[in-house]
Amino acid sequence: MKGLALLLLAFPLWAGAQDAKKEIEKYQQMLGEGSPAELWELEGEALWKKAQGPKNASLEKCDLGGGPGKVAGAYARLPRYFKDTDQVQDLESRLLTCMTALQGRDRAETTKRLFGNADRPSEMEYLVAYVVGQARGHKMAAPVSHPKERASYELGKKVFFYRAGNWDFSCASCHGEQDKRIRMQDLPVLSEPAGAQKAYTTWPAYRVSNSQLKTMQWRINDCYRQMRFPEPEFASESTIALTHYLAVTAKGAPYNGPGTKR
Amino acid sequence: MAGPMKMRATLGGGGTAAAYTDVRVLMTHPMTTAQSNQPLHFIQNVTVKQNGKTMVEAQISQAVSRNPVFTFRLKGGAKGDKIEVSWLDNKGETNSIETAVA
Repeated sequence: MKGLALLLLAFPLWAGAQDAKKEIEKYQQMLGEGSPAELWELEGEALWKKAQGPKNASLEKCDLGGGPGKVAGAYARLPRYFKDTDQVQDLESRLLTCMTALQGRDRAETTKRLFGNADRPSEMEYLVAYVVGQARGHKMAAPVSHPKERASYELGKKVFFYRAGNWDFSCASCHGEQDKRIRMQDLPVLSEPAGAQKAYTTWPAYRVSNSQLKTMQWRINDCYRQMRFPEPEFASESTIALTHYLAVTAKGAPYNGPGTKR
Repeated sequence: MAGPMKMRATLGGGGTAAAYTDVRVLMTHPMTTAQSNQPLHFIQNVTVKQNGKTMVEAQISQAVSRNPVFTFRLKGGAKGDKIEVSWLDNKGETNSIETAVA
């Protein structure tokens, strides 16, 4: 009798959780169908082609890994090693390199405003939206063949599991267990392909609650803040390594960004 | 200058003669509300035209989100129909976009 009562009690709870999950999925699908991320892509394309800086040049000759001017699919093969800078770079750090090399702008100027707000988005956010949009449908294939890529991947993995800060947190504290979520957001297990693919292929993303497109560098930066870590430098070695680790773990999945988040 | 707009118009309902045309349009706009400490700035009128004929005349309020997305379903329609969507805000700024039904 007692067992039956428990069973009766448990069933509606279970059904409720399933319903909630379905409703969340429906909501996310509706968000994705009309995403303002597309507006960021349009602005980004215009900025990509706009001549500016002391050299009055556009970014159209920027080498994102496939050669100068090759944008299609480039994001799916980032981060990667670049010979000219002799380091592994993600999209954001590579864009900064191109702004300096092609447009002649100094780093202080290009890094002055990397995270925008809803009233005034940053140039970086627009450019990132454009470049990642050009990789839609391309399979994730961030390389790990060069020794520096290997080292970057290993460093990223170490960062992912490294516990530190006031709360003794690591990335894995939130992203290391199946079927966890915070409010409406699923917390994918980012150290496993399924979870990494789901997350990585939908970032960068337009955040409805911020009315703004957020970059991967912002995502990592904000995770550091949530873990109560010291704020990382934009496009620093550790943030690129962490991005690299996630990108490599997401290997094989078709890129589907820029995404839309709550 | 007003930011970009993006629109997609597709036929639906199957068969040779489409039963309806789905229009989806994205707009860049701050849609500032009375709650923010900034000057009011929001879209007031949205107009949808099909081959030059006004099909929808909408009056919207501050309750609509920043960078809004609208979808409309128009009766009938054919491939190549010209769909035009325009907006007018409380400051008199305006923007429009035109596309042919795919």
